[in-house]
Amino acid sequence: MYVRHLSLIDFRSYPSAEVPLGPGVTTLVGLNGQGKTNVAEAIGYLATLGSHRVATDAPLVRFGAEQAIVRGAVVREGRESLVEIEINPGRANRARLGRSPVSRPREVLGQVRSVLFAPEDLALVKGDPASRRRLLDDLLVQRQPRWAGVRSDYDRIVKQRSALLKSAAPVLRRGGRGRRVPDGIPEGEARESALHTLHVWDGHLAGLGGQLLYARLRLLRDLRGHLEHAYAELSGGAGEVGAAYRASVGEALAARIAAGEVPEIEELSGGLTAALGAAQAQEIERGQCLVGPHRDDVLLTLGGLPAKGYASHGESWSLALGLKLAAYELLRTDLGTDPVLILDDVFAELDAGRRERLAGLIADGEQVIITAAVPEDVPDSLAGQRFSVTKGAIELVVDDE
Amino acid sequence: MYEGVVQDLIDELGQLPGIGPKSAQRIAFHLLQADGADVQRLITALAEVKEKVAFCTMCGNIAQATLCRICADPRRDGQAICVVEEPKDVVAIERTGEFRGRYHVLGGAISPMDGIGPEQLRVAELMSRLASGEVVEIILATDPNIEGEATAAYLARQLKPFGLRVTRLASGLPVGGDLEYADEVTLGRAFEGRRLIDA
Repeated sequence: MYVRHLSLIDFRSYPSAEVPLGPGVTTLVGLNGQGKTNVAEAIGYLATLGSHRVATDAPLVRFGAEQAIVRGAVVREGRESLVEIEINPGRANRARLGRSPVSRPREVLGQVRSVLFAPEDLALVKGDPASRRRLLDDLLVQRQPRWAGVRSDYDRIVKQRSALLKSAAPVLRRGGRGRRVPDGIPEGEARESALHTLHVWDGHLAGLGGQLLYARLRLLRDLRGHLEHAYAELSGGAGEVGAAYRASVGEALAARIAAGEVPEIEELSGGLTAALGAAQAQEIERGQCLVGPHRDDVLLTLGGLPAKGYASHGESWSLALGLKLAAYELLRTDLGTDPVLILDDVFAELDAGRRERLAGLIADGEQVIITAAVPEDVPDSLAGQRFSVTKGAIELVVDDE
Repeated sequence: MYEGVVQDLIDELGQLPGIGPKSAQRIAFHLLQADGADVQRLITALAEVKEKVAFCTMCGNIAQATLCRICADPRRDGQAICVVEEPKDVVAIERTGEFRGRYHVLGGAISPMDGIGPEQLRVAELMSRLASGEVVEIILATDPNIEGEATAAYLARQLKPFGLRVTRLASGLPVGGDLEYADEVTLGRAFEGRRLIDA
């Protein structure tokens, strides 16, 4: 698929912008702070309803404006459709498909699919586990939109359970009998009741957590081959890459999972239930939810050593890029159509050899959008249309030759 | 801004759920122009609702006496209790005309984030209703969201020792709807709860 035309109104630095795009490679060139990344971000927003740079929508709206609109004409297998999202910070966003509004913005998910690589993605290798979990979960949603619902339900369960652990901690910790808590219920009874309620949330967490864990493990299994291939291509065959899932379940099950096995959902839910039981005292002590997919991580290794801490900057960059390219390849084979590949400011950090090899890897993508501050950083083999971005104005560069 | 009393009325109306400043203004001017007797009836209704309406001591539904209309009705089936979150849910189920048993209104759902645990709900009252041994079935009709499901799971566990038939309302596709318009979660649930068809 490709985005044929992108319209922005009050999005980031653009009061309004019309960007005619097309299949193949498009490069946006401009100095720092001119608004190149904003274009990449807008396409990413159409695909994921979120920004890769900020967690809230407010910064996406041009300073002083009330709302922002991102509209894209998307061509998929020769058919064009129009997707429009109205970003209303503090209120519900609205979306349109074609000319008609949809009841929930989530319904437009899947109309545009994209894989975006940006400097922030270095956190995939160097950052905390949350960024690696997000990579897997976002990819799950891109493959099957149903996971957006499972994920938000799961998050809500974790929030509710954590709130319970915090509020009930005084009652749960003491567990003494005979004394009375303020509202006149005997303490032993209050403790019993709090434990029963906790048990209900345990069941919810293990049930939905097992599903989420299963989905992530299957995804990682599918992703691994693509990652090995992408990294080997990028690095010119240096170093073997590994990605092992670290689950917060009992040791034996966790070891099998780390070795790449994908147990059935029932077994994973059972494992979570057991782990919750084992961690209960500690959870009550700390008033935190310590078990579940929201605490998991993916251990990335290069040549057998953990990438975090051991890998050089260039290697980390290549590994993060490799992960995104693997996601791209996965979606490509999965969906039967190429997602839009967006590479934001990626070439500046790579040596000449890696630049050329990256160019070779992506040249056949249906649509590739590249941003660069220095045009010379982008290998010549990636010809295509080129825009210059200056102070929020986007202009097509026409070669004189 | 309007003259003192008119603005007071608009402000008060604006406090009501679902009424914004524009609607509040419209209602206020409607009342100003309305017949004196009509306005008086509204005033009486408002005063009486606070004065006379209480909650049923049995089920927690809205009542005008110690018992609500349903609990006081001897024709209702005393063997089944349908557990709901709010009095509005009773009205919704009554509209179906499908259920002839009695209700139990919890007054919300378990939500630790809002400081609501089983103690804040009318759970103990439900348990004490079971003591007589008349009840044989409990239908859990809490909302099909995270909190409603948690409440249902909690109650199911608490009810286990009583050896009753405990059921949960089915989730699935809306009747008369189109399959294509169902969201993924609902459709997924409907798949889970599919049943054999007799032919």
